[in-house]
Amino acid sequence: MTTAMMDLERPATGPTFQGVSAGRKAKNVLATTLVTLAFLLAVVPLVWVLWSVVEKGLEPILRADWWSHSLSGLRPYEDMGGAYHAIYGTVVQGLTTALLSVPIGVMVGVYLVEYGTGTRLARITTFMVDILTGVPSIVAGLFIYALWITIFGFSRSALAVSLALLLLMVPVVVRTTEEMLRIVPNELREASYALGIPKWKTIVKVVLPTALSGIVTGIMLGLARVMGETAPALVVGAYAPYINFNVFDGNMANLPLLMNDQFANPETAGFNRTWGAAMTLVLIIMLFNLLATVISRWSAIKK
Amino acid sequence: MRTALRPRAGSGGGSATAPHTPEGPISTPNIAQSRPVRRPGDRLFRGAAVGSGVFIVALISAIGLFLLLQAIPSLRANQVGFLTSGVWNTTSATDLQFGILYLLWVTVATSVLALALAMPISLGIALFLTHYAPRRLARPFAYVVDLLAAVPSIIFGLWGIKVLAPTLVPVAEWLNHNLGFIPLFAEGNVTIAGGGTVFTAGVVLAVMILPIITAVSREVFERTPREHIEGALALGATKWEMLRTTVLPFGKAGYVSAAMLGLGRALGETVALYLILSATTAVPELSFFDGGATIASKIALGAAEFNNPLTAGAYIAAGLVLFLLTFVVNALARAVVAGKKEYA
Repeated sequence: MTTAMMDLERPATGPTFQGVSAGRKAKNVLATTLVTLAFLLAVVPLVWVLWSVVEKGLEPILRADWWSHSLSGLRPYEDMGGAYHAIYGTVVQGLTTALLSVPIGVMVGVYLVEYGTGTRLARITTFMVDILTGVPSIVAGLFIYALWITIFGFSRSALAVSLALLLLMVPVVVRTTEEMLRIVPNELREASYALGIPKWKTIVKVVLPTALSGIVTGIMLGLARVMGETAPALVVGAYAPYINFNVFDGNMANLPLLMNDQFANPETAGFNRTWGAAMTLVLIIMLFNLLATVISRWSAIKK
Repeated sequence: MRTALRPRAGSGGGSATAPHTPEGPISTPNIAQSRPVRRPGDRLFRGAAVGSGVFIVALISAIGLFLLLQAIPSLRANQVGFLTSGVWNTTSATDLQFGILYLLWVTVATSVLALALAMPISLGIALFLTHYAPRRLARPFAYVVDLLAAVPSIIFGLWGIKVLAPTLVPVAEWLNHNLGFIPLFAEGNVTIAGGGTVFTAGVVLAVMILPIITAVSREVFERTPREHIEGALALGATKWEMLRTTVLPFGKAGYVSAAMLGLGRALGETVALYLILSATTAVPELSFFDGGATIASKIALGAAEFNNPLTAGAYIAAGLVLFLLTFVVNALARAVVAGKKEYA
C-alpha cells in the first residue's frame, strides 16, 4: 500500500535541473587550480630575476662614482670607477637608432596605410617587414657586418651598432604606425579633403597627430627593446673601458658590452660591475617602458 | 582614399585649374578636362613614403645577397662537410674546417626543450588571463607577464648561469640518476655540476619565450565568439567544459602559431645561451646535459676573430642557416593562421 503510494508520488521524469556530478566538479576545480598555478609560475622567474639584479646590483650603483666615472685605467681587481662610459653609449646608441629608424619606420607605415593599400609593392614591403620582425638579433648584426664592414670597408663603431639595431627597431615602428593609422577614423580624412586640403597635409596635420601617442608608445617600446640588445654589439661594435663621445669612430662601450666584458672578471670588482650594469640597464629600460605607458594613457585616440 | 579625393579634382578643383574665372559657373566640359590636382607637396610626400617602402625592400634583398656572396667563398674553401660535420676550426684560412652538425643539435635541443616547457604553462596563463582572472586585475596581470619580455636577454643569461643554474643542479642530478637510462637524461659532454648544460639553457629559454606565446594565444582566446561561450554555459557546461568545447577549439590554430613564433625566438636567442652554455669541443652525447654552443651563440663567441673574410664567411654561412631556420618557422607560424577569417 505504502509502496504503491510512493510510486504514484514519484515524478515520471527526473528533475530538470541536476546538480553537477562530483567528477565534473573535480575536473573543473583541477583546471582552475592548474591555470592559476601556471600564472603564478610565470611570476616566479620575473620576481626572481629582478630580485637577483636588485640584490646584487643596488650597492654598486649607489656609489657616487658609478654615474660620473668610467673604468678607464682601472685594474680588474680595483673596485672603483663607474659605468658612465657605458651609460652614455647605451643612451646615445639608442637615440641614434631611433633617429634613423623613426623616419623610415613611420614613412613605411604611412605608405602602407595611406598610399599603397592593395598594391603589389605594399604586399612585398609587408612581407619584408614580417621577415625583419623574425630576424634573430645576431643575424641582424651579421647583416650589417657583411654590408657595412666587409663591403663598404668601415670599421666597427657605435654607428655600425646603431645600424644593426635599426634593423630590429624598424619593424616595431612600422607595425605600430600601421596599426595606429588604421584606427584613425576615416571621417577625419574625408573632412580634411572636403576642405580642399592636399593629401600630404592631411596626413601630416590630421592623421599623424591623431595617431601620435600610439606611435610614440611604439617607439619607446622599440627603444627599450634595442637598448638591451647585446648580440649585434658583439659582432659590429667593440667595448672600450673609457669614454668615447664619437659615434662615428672608435670603440664605444654600452651596458650590455660592459656586462659581457666584466662577466669574465672573477674579482669582486667584476661581480659588482656586472650586476651594477645589469641594474642600470633594467632601470633605463623600465624608465622607457614607463614613459611609453604614461604617453599612451595621457592621450589615446578618442573615438 | 581615391574616391575621397575625386570631388576635389572636379568641382572644388575649379579654382586650381582655372584661376582666371574664380566666380564662373562650373561647366561640364571643365569637369571632363580637369585632371586630379597634383601639388608638389603631394608628390614629394608620396615619393618619400613610397621611397621608404622601396628602401626597406631593397635593403633586405641587398643584405641577403651580400651575405650569400660572402658565405660562398668560405663554403668553397671548407675542407669538411658543412652540414655533416661538427668540427669548427676557422683559425687558419688555408685549412678552413667548419660544420654545423653539433651546433644544430644544441640549437634544436635547447629550443625544443624550451618549447615543451613553455607551451603548457603559457596556455594556462593565457586561459587564466582571459577567463579566470578578475576583470579589473586581468590587465595588470597581463602587464606583469609582458614585463618578462622587457628584461634584456643578457640579464636572463647572467641570472641563468649565476643564480638559476646552481639551483637546478640538484634537479639535473636527480634526473640523471633516476632517468639516466633514457638517452636524453644520460651523461652529456660537460659536467652536470657546472650547470652550463642544454637543460639549464632550455629552462631559461622557456622563461624568455613565455611572454610571446602567452600574448599571441591570449589575443586569439579573447576573440572566441560570445555566443559559443554563452551557448556552452547555457547547456550546463562547467567553466572548464566551456573552455574545452569553445575556447580551445577556436583558439587552437592561434595557439599553434604562437608556439611557432616562440620557437622562432628560441632558435635565434643568442646572448643568454652564450653566457650559459659551457664551451666544449667534445662530441655531443645527444643528451640534455650536453654543453657546446648554438648557431647563434657560436657566432657571438667567434665575433672577435672576424679578421679575415674567409673566417667571417664561415660564421656568415652558419648565420644564413639560422636565418633560413627562423624564416621557415615564422612562415609556418603565419601559414597556420592564414585564411582564418574569424581571427581577423
